[in-house]
Amino acid sequence: MAEKNRDFVKGLWEENPVFVMLLGMCPVLAVTSTATNGLFMGLATSFVLFGAGIVNSLLQNIIPDEVRIPSFIVVIATFVTIVDLVSRAYFPGIAEQLALFIPLIIVNCLILNRSEAFASNVNVLRAIIDALGRGLGFTWALTFLGGIREILGFGTLFRGTESVIQVLGEWYQPMLIAILPAGAFITLGIVVALFNVIMDESFSIKDLFGGTAAVEKEQTA
Amino acid sequence: MQELFLLFMAASITNNFVLMQFLGICPFLGVSKEVPTAFSMGLATTFVMVTSAVVTWLVETVILVPLGIEYLQYIAFILVISSFVQLTELFVKKVSPPLYKALGIFLPLITTNCAILGLALLISMEGYGFIQSAVFGLGAGVGFTIAIVLMAGIRERLEFADVPKPLKGAPITLLVAGIMALAFTGLAM
Repeated sequence: MAEKNRDFVKGLWEENPVFVMLLGMCPVLAVTSTATNGLFMGLATSFVLFGAGIVNSLLQNIIPDEVRIPSFIVVIATFVTIVDLVSRAYFPGIAEQLALFIPLIIVNCLILNRSEAFASNVNVLRAIIDALGRGLGFTWALTFLGGIREILGFGTLFRGTESVIQVLGEWYQPMLIAILPAGAFITLGIVVALFNVIMDESFSIKDLFGGTAAVEKEQTA
Repeated sequence: MQELFLLFMAASITNNFVLMQFLGICPFLGVSKEVPTAFSMGLATTFVMVTSAVVTWLVETVILVPLGIEYLQYIAFILVISSFVQLTELFVKKVSPPLYKALGIFLPLITTNCAILGLALLISMEGYGFIQSAVFGLGAGVGFTIAIVLMAGIRERLEFADVPKPLKGAPITLLVAGIMALAFTGLAM
């Protein structure tokens, strides 16, 4: 039981696919201009992760080793096709905004990484728990990034849905850069740096002001 | 002719695949430590982009659409791309062993570069013709090469910079990419 809890928590925090492992960067950067898009993309990816995890775990003794990567990709592509058709039928607005990035879930390295490194080596139950943990980790990361960029860029949260929240008042002058491509790179860079600070127990505030040079100066002084 | 030139410029500069459309971020962050490797990676990707743009266009127009099985598009495209990368690998190995050696592991890794699948899907969405697809593929490849070589050049210099500890590695690379994206946004305006 403890082992299964570990599998689940790992994906959420200490091995977070986005902030720690930096997997699946294309959708992370491309669709996080609003929290809504981030959340939807996270859920879509989680579904594929979940489905592909189960199937690839069940097929581990049937798929020959030499052709495992192409086989995994075909399984993943099947689930992505399902997600694509469902989202186009039921959520046409969001599907149109995400456009290219729903089919591109096929080549999201996170999913192939989990199928190759985990799901195809363990029993189905562990594969499911791992997929849920990683999926949830990916979803919160995308929603979080989307939220930051949306608040800075529009002053709202969850735009395009009925429950849109006005976070910042009329006085706020939106920062256009946050929703431009440049804003995606810069926001992610800063959040990953913050994550490094949180995860690194030996961190001291001095590290912020110049890396090694500051320490050397201190030593010579 | 002018239309093709505009298509080429749009794909390579103003709508740069990496910096403006976030396609092919993995190799852009992963294989951009040194200029020579980045350049070979760019060339190999360009080659695969042009060939797979043409081949997926053919698969779509000759097989998928006449048979009415467009819903198999993703599966068909990814199979075409991965087998085509394999074919390219064998071809390069036979024709030019030194080039094959220089590219090494990067050649098979091109399969999971989302810029390739993204290119094929974009061509299908926009409904480009045969020549347009090839030009668009070439533009995308050149754009990818420009971005990754520029990035490698900056990162070679960054090796000697005094970067604060939490920013070392991925965060500083992302911040640099952000500034580059800002410059490319300027070009598009």
